[in-house]
Amino acid sequence: MSITLKINGETREIDADADTPLLWVIRDELNLTGTKFGCGVASCGACTVHLNGKPQRSCVFPIGAVGENEITTIEKVDTPEAKAVQTAWQELDVVQCGYCQSGQIMSAIGLLSDNAKPSDEEIDTFMHGNACRCATYHRIRAAIHRASDILEA
Amino acid sequence: MNASNTASLSRRGFLKSAALLGGAMVIGFNAGGALAISTGSAPAEAVGFNPFVKIGPDGTVTVVVKHFEMGQGTSTGLTTLVAEEMNVPWEQMAVEFSPSDEKYKNLAFGGQGTGGSTAMANSYLQYRQAGAAARDMLIRAAAAEWKVEAADVTIENGQLVSGDKTASIGAFVEQAGMLEPAAEPVLKDAASFTLIGKDKLPRKDSMAKTTGKAMFAMDVTVPNMVYVTILRSPLFGGTLKSFEVGGAAEVNGFVDARALPDNSGVAVYAESTWAAIKARRSVTADWDNAAADTRGSAEMLSEYTEKLSAAPTYDVTGKGDLTEMEEAAKAASRSVSADFHFPLLAHAPMEPLNCVIEPTAEGGVRVHDGCQFPMITHPTVAAITQLPPEKVEIITYYAGGSFGRRANAQSDYHAQAAMAFVALGGEKAVKLVWTREDDLAGGFYRPMFAQRAHIGIGDDGKVSAWSQHTVAQSIFKGGPMESFVVHDGVDHSSVEGVVDTPYQLPMALGLTDYESPMPVLWWRSVGHSQSGYTMEVLMDMAAEAAGQDPVDFRLAHLDEEDENQARLAGVLKLAAEKAGWDGKQVDGKGRGVAVHKSFDTYVAQVMDVSLDAEGAISIDKVVCAVDCGVAVNPDVIRAQMEGAIGYGLGAVMRNEITLKDGIVEQGNFPDYEPLRISDMPVVDVHIVPSDKAPSGVGEPGLPPAGPALANAIHAATGKRITSLPMTSAGISFA
Repeated sequence: MSITLKINGETREIDADADTPLLWVIRDELNLTGTKFGCGVASCGACTVHLNGKPQRSCVFPIGAVGENEITTIEKVDTPEAKAVQTAWQELDVVQCGYCQSGQIMSAIGLLSDNAKPSDEEIDTFMHGNACRCATYHRIRAAIHRASDILEA
Repeated sequence: MNASNTASLSRRGFLKSAALLGGAMVIGFNAGGALAISTGSAPAEAVGFNPFVKIGPDGTVTVVVKHFEMGQGTSTGLTTLVAEEMNVPWEQMAVEFSPSDEKYKNLAFGGQGTGGSTAMANSYLQYRQAGAAARDMLIRAAAAEWKVEAADVTIENGQLVSGDKTASIGAFVEQAGMLEPAAEPVLKDAASFTLIGKDKLPRKDSMAKTTGKAMFAMDVTVPNMVYVTILRSPLFGGTLKSFEVGGAAEVNGFVDARALPDNSGVAVYAESTWAAIKARRSVTADWDNAAADTRGSAEMLSEYTEKLSAAPTYDVTGKGDLTEMEEAAKAASRSVSADFHFPLLAHAPMEPLNCVIEPTAEGGVRVHDGCQFPMITHPTVAAITQLPPEKVEIITYYAGGSFGRRANAQSDYHAQAAMAFVALGGEKAVKLVWTREDDLAGGFYRPMFAQRAHIGIGDDGKVSAWSQHTVAQSIFKGGPMESFVVHDGVDHSSVEGVVDTPYQLPMALGLTDYESPMPVLWWRSVGHSQSGYTMEVLMDMAAEAAGQDPVDFRLAHLDEEDENQARLAGVLKLAAEKAGWDGKQVDGKGRGVAVHKSFDTYVAQVMDVSLDAEGAISIDKVVCAVDCGVAVNPDVIRAQMEGAIGYGLGAVMRNEITLKDGIVEQGNFPDYEPLRISDMPVVDVHIVPSDKAPSGVGEPGLPPAGPALANAIHAATGKRITSLPMTSAGISFA
């Protein structure tokens, strides 16, 4: 069936079954490959995108449920929080293999959009669903604090 | 370091250069000398050369990295070596991954591949030589043009300089490319390094990996491509008898389903990843399980235990004193005995395994992959597609983790993709995608281990006898690297970390193999991940039996006159000092220590845990000291220590692959819970300054993490954990 999708500031017509997870439309149909497949069961967060600015696991979100909601992916996220998070990630060289980092960054942007000055505990709680097998967590925490400082400055 | 500077180039291969490739200058090694390392022959001029360094007319220096990047920092590390020798600013340096070609072989393996924490160790001189040769040729070209002595020309900040003359290096690539490279280009002296050892040099992959632009094989699409998932037997060793497409045909985007040529499964083809995943759910298959393994974990454990109690097959230490040593240990006035059990572990890299195989216009195939072992993948794909090797091309992308999984003797997932490609007729490109469920149930696990140790303490308070029997499924037997690792029946990887310990210990070690059709594989730090745990928990138990401080007890078994032992003692003392180790324990908290050498790198860790009101453990902090020789990229080293600690902790805390009637019980991450951010301690890494040859850092941070945690938990609770994972041994984590 044909579905209209608002994504990254554009309107796109998609031909897909309504139960198709948003992730696969983003990746296979729209070729926006920054959003990753890691588990398919919303357990690792690699597929995190923004739905109206809030983090959403796209691997379990059916395309038929998107409706009028606006989707943003790592390729186009450009709020002040996004810029601060990406800058902090680069300054601290958080990444290792990098496969989970789009999802980590999308979640971190979501956190800072809600809470400009999170504590370690608040970071741990919010970021708990984003797995990193390289275990870059120590730097993720530091980078979120750094992004918070950048935003404050 | 100075010895390294004068190492003969002829051992490493001869440099070649050319002003080719669209005006760029390229420097590389021909295969003659390089091949001589493994074969001692091969005509030098017949094979040409492949570039290691390319210099564009705009002055951009591109380093062709022969090792794949799985996060360990090799694209930053090898680029540092060339930038250092050429005096080119970091921003002017670019990176690309090498194609699959013998000339890019790992000098430690004799074939092209990444593993064993060898990337920096085997590249350190080679890439510096390429950079130094380029510097020398550019300088000679400029000297000729400017009519000055070469000694009066330098490269500073990417510019050729002599007196008041300056020019971009790009301006001289054409002239330089026509010169002969120096037979032995002079490497920079360590004292003049500005990039090697620089505390923080930005990772070359940071920008791409923080903007969604980094390309992984999972992100590759090519024209005329179908997606494929594979339905496998749920039992290891099961083969396909027949299958029914069933409802799969009704799935939108379903293309076809075919048996793989070796009957290892059914390939389900579709027009999208999702359709391939969805369609597979409706395909049913009948399996021949006559040769399959139907044992469960409980049966395996009891078989391991039975073998543990029998006499070892192999006398690893070779002194014929296995029984005597055991008796001596038991007879000592103070002694320790313990059994250790290690579960099967999956690697579970974040990027589920996948690759693309497409037909080329020249009648060959092109493989798109985060390729760890081109030396195995290339001939494997060639054999399955029945093509000569020169018709197979491999393009390497960033790999979303590996931890050992992407490299194996069968090149399992590439073979699967190649079979799926052939089964569909070889006209269409195929993209094989594994789901997380395929990954966790896909075998190639870290083998199950069982170990039994008896240790006696002498009147001098030192170990007087150490007897240890290991039962393990061999990783290397029957594979192409058997001859390198297996000697007199002993797979070294089954006993590494014990047999090669730097500690002065009177040891008698036995080994017995466990047989299974289930494929097993190296997992980050290989045998050290199990034996490092055993060694360092046992050293703690022995210290306790001897009534000594754990740090002092370890140091008492190291002779610092010997360099190897001194380096182990060095990291132990550094970690203890930085952690403020005073041997005292605090109520409600626990502090443990462990130190281990693996892959020529020495790592010590002091770990702090605390207990909550319910007795659940939190891991608060790890102080880590590492001696890896010359620290090329200190921040990458710190990152690898942090990451290896986290990877090791997650595994010992709660990870295990279990089988029931031969079927893997873990489905997805909820059943194989990865370390989460809330589990991650603060990590404080200290690097020992050194001028020794650089050794690896990808794996050595892992072995001490588990035992340091176990020893900390013992300090906090009095419990010794000798069976992993810890959650199955009654430990709970906050």
